[in-house]
Amino acid sequence: MATLNVLILVCLGYVVLLFGVAFAADRMAAAGRGKWLRSPLIYTLSLSIYCTAWTFYGAVGNAARSGLEFVTIYLGPTLVMVSWWWGLRKLVRIGRSQRVTSIADLISSRYGKSNTLAVCVTILAVLGGTPYIALQLQSITLSFSIFAEADPSGLYREGSSVFWVAAGLAMFAILFGTRNLDANERHHGVVTAIALESVVKLFALLAVGIFVVWGVAGGIGPMMDRIDASEIGQWNVDAGRWTTFIFLSAAAFVCLPRMFQVMVVENDDEGHLRTAAWAFPLYLLLMSLFVVPIAVIGLDLMPEGSNPDLFVLTVPLSQGNDWLAMLSFIGGFSSATSMVIVTAMALSTMVSNHLVMPIWLNMQEGSGSVSGDVRNIVLLARRVSIAVIMALGYFYYSLSGGGTALASIGLVAFAGISQILPALVGGLFWRGATRTGALVGLSVGFVLWIYTLLLPGMGAAWMPETVLQNGPFGLGWLRPQALFGIEGIDPMVHTVMWSMSLNTIAFCVASLLSFPSPLERLQGAQFVNVFDHSAAPRGWTGSVAQSEDLMIMTQRILGAGPAQEFFQSEAEQQGGRSRLPEPTPGFLERLERELSGSVGAATAHAMIGQIVGGSSVSVEDLLAVADESAQMLEYSSQLEVKSAELSRTARQLREANTKLTQVSEQKDSFLSQVSHELRTPMTSIRAFSEIMRDTQGLSAEEQTRYAAIIHDEALRLTRLLDDLLDLSVLESGQVNLNMGDDSLRSVLDRAVSSALAGTDQQLSVRRSLISERIPLHTDLDRLGQVFINLISNAQKYCDAAEPVLTISAHDVGGQVVIDFTDNGSGIPPEAQSMVFEKFARVGVDKVGGAGLGLAICREIMQRLGGEISYLPGQGGAAFRISLPLAYRQAAQ
Amino acid sequence: MSRKVLLIEDEPNIAEAIRFLLTREGWQVETHGDGMDAVQVIQDAKPDLVILDVMLPGKNGMDILRDLRELEDMQNLPVLMLTARGQSRDREMAENAGVSRFMTKPFSNAEVLTAVRDLHAQASRL
Repeated sequence: MATLNVLILVCLGYVVLLFGVAFAADRMAAAGRGKWLRSPLIYTLSLSIYCTAWTFYGAVGNAARSGLEFVTIYLGPTLVMVSWWWGLRKLVRIGRSQRVTSIADLISSRYGKSNTLAVCVTILAVLGGTPYIALQLQSITLSFSIFAEADPSGLYREGSSVFWVAAGLAMFAILFGTRNLDANERHHGVVTAIALESVVKLFALLAVGIFVVWGVAGGIGPMMDRIDASEIGQWNVDAGRWTTFIFLSAAAFVCLPRMFQVMVVENDDEGHLRTAAWAFPLYLLLMSLFVVPIAVIGLDLMPEGSNPDLFVLTVPLSQGNDWLAMLSFIGGFSSATSMVIVTAMALSTMVSNHLVMPIWLNMQEGSGSVSGDVRNIVLLARRVSIAVIMALGYFYYSLSGGGTALASIGLVAFAGISQILPALVGGLFWRGATRTGALVGLSVGFVLWIYTLLLPGMGAAWMPETVLQNGPFGLGWLRPQALFGIEGIDPMVHTVMWSMSLNTIAFCVASLLSFPSPLERLQGAQFVNVFDHSAAPRGWTGSVAQSEDLMIMTQRILGAGPAQEFFQSEAEQQGGRSRLPEPTPGFLERLERELSGSVGAATAHAMIGQIVGGSSVSVEDLLAVADESAQMLEYSSQLEVKSAELSRTARQLREANTKLTQVSEQKDSFLSQVSHELRTPMTSIRAFSEIMRDTQGLSAEEQTRYAAIIHDEALRLTRLLDDLLDLSVLESGQVNLNMGDDSLRSVLDRAVSSALAGTDQQLSVRRSLISERIPLHTDLDRLGQVFINLISNAQKYCDAAEPVLTISAHDVGGQVVIDFTDNGSGIPPEAQSMVFEKFARVGVDKVGGAGLGLAICREIMQRLGGEISYLPGQGGAAFRISLPLAYRQAAQ
Repeated sequence: MSRKVLLIEDEPNIAEAIRFLLTREGWQVETHGDGMDAVQVIQDAKPDLVILDVMLPGKNGMDILRDLRELEDMQNLPVLMLTARGQSRDREMAENAGVSRFMTKPFSNAEVLTAVRDLHAQASRL
């Protein structure tokens, strides 16, 4: 019997070998040597991490329990490799051209760089991946325990050994998985190591198989007989389970983070897929070749109740072939470790990129700019993530007690991770797929998976028996394993059927109902048309699909309105068969010219070249250019706003200046008017006083006459000075109102008698005394002054043969309105707007006044809170005075 | 020989004072109070001298003088301008318009008489 200690030594030696290989490979890659590191063979072998310990040990166990069903796990990936290699090629091309770092990154990138989606996928992957890692740890423990049973003297402690295995694997993943950051740099060390492990596990399984067939059964013939005799040999296919499992394994092969890591991220050359398309199925075939014989012989040889999952180990041991058992152990160990290392690497990339970094960057935002040393932060985040993921796996293993609960976890994880499939495939082939669709589909599938498979599988603590039997809250149609009342289906088939179909439906419907952002549409086009874009330049030709891209791009640059207008007019010119114009050379030239106006000729050419002709400009560069131009446009529109503001200010200044000039001119003109009005009477006074002084022999008549002229002119001068002073006081607002109470009637009485006193002209004044019985509270003298002015004006200027002035008063809506209307020819329309201006004398005749009367009236009425206005079209000159009655109440 | 002066002035009192002064000097004085038809009145009256107010209803004295000087036979007619505005800008404008003598109101009677005599003497020498 091989001692456990020897096994541990071999184990350690093997691990040291792996470290050595990984280290050497990294060194060679760094030195630029070792082309074989990037050979299709290594690539194919690295794909074999698909075969984990679950496959290595579990396939035999599966065969022993359920017959040929284990084949489905191999059939899925084989079908993908053989019949869908073109889809994989697209995936790889996109991964390389978009510098994708993980499947979460791919999904996020496709749907407009949505981090929400990335977080969803990451969480899904971690949730599915953790039990899977635990499963690997369990397999290592179980295989250890087989040897421990055989050697009780050994130092083996189950719990601690698992811990150390987990710690060692974490160390390996950290050492070789986080050496560099750029996803485009491959992890040659890790890939080479897992390629070696693939060889080891295949070799181990083949060795055990050959030993069983030729060493135990005695050749192919007897072996076939024994198979025929056993139940496994019976062709017993459950179509539902087979379809489901093939689908699941195919989906998982594409969606599993570790598969994505080796297949897409670590891919060096698209051409490797061509080799892998036949070599990988061959590998799977070899792996499955001896599963049935080992299971049959195991069932025959081993005692009832022994674990068929461990036949690969126990059969050689029972035959005393310790070295073969040890080789088999190393094979299983290889399967487990390679899976754990790559999974930890892939998951850590996702966790650090989509969970840790966004949070860290958010926190940084508060404390100023991001420091230059982000690289180290990212590396640290990855290393910590690896440790955490391994710890999660370890704890999951410890908590689940390593029991049979883990046995089916592989398929459960497959079903979970497969929920990414609709969003992934839809994103690759359907431009209409949107971020919202992906989110909704993913959520629906994720929830159903948890509810119908994960929770029921975790035991009564998580999913009470009553819920399983009767549904939540007694809702029978919501029973986790019989949704919508469809019973009697295998739980796995049930889950996959419902979650995948509802996921896909939700994805499609939500995609159709939602509108993608420009970035999403561009990324979508980039993904779906990845081969077109990277094809050789074809000149200015293209399809309508490209017109859509051009439209999106043009919208970003010119704005939605002008872009649509341009495209519409182009489409109409082309005959208007479709909404979008065909990208004819002429159209593209015009579009380029159009865009040149906004972004410059070179950029416009590069942009169109990118969409139509395929150039080296990446979509990101393009978007950066577009954003830049948008910023430029914004900036220029800001400048426009500024310049509009400036010209508005300039206009305001000009207006203010004009106003000032006007005021100054008005002042000049006022002064010159005042000068004229003062000098004119003074001229007469001086002239006649000189005549009287210097002329001898003036007659008494002449003397009297000239003295009268002097007297009149002196009075005129006095009046003018009075008016000027009055106006100046009123205009300065320093006037004191002398409020009093009286009726309108008596105010008018006094005004009429005062205005007509001492004049010879007969102006008859008509009044309606009844309507004048309105009490007033105002400055009675000032109001009277206004009345006198109006009556005097009528007396001076009314040119009727029998001048009549009609004064009428009304109480209109809280206002006293008093109209003064004469029967003369009135004021000509062109002069009506001028009558209240200073010195605005109308007409030819000078009748004493200096032209300040109405200006004074206007000022007085303003002070009294009322108004004076000219009423056109009343026959003669008509003035209206209105005075608020409310003024009286307010004053009290 | 009878000397005729045309006085264009809208203030009746001032017009009366000047008429009194110049009549005593032996002038035949005609008066007119409106600016609008002043040029025509001057042409019709053919005076030896014009005394022109600036602030006139209808058309101001500056415009009247300007229009007058455009007429062929009015180039040398002596024009004494009287203004009550009395700003230096007005004097400039009047000189540009071709005034013979510019006086500000109020004036002394002696000044007016001297100016009329001078202007008449200059015109007679030509």
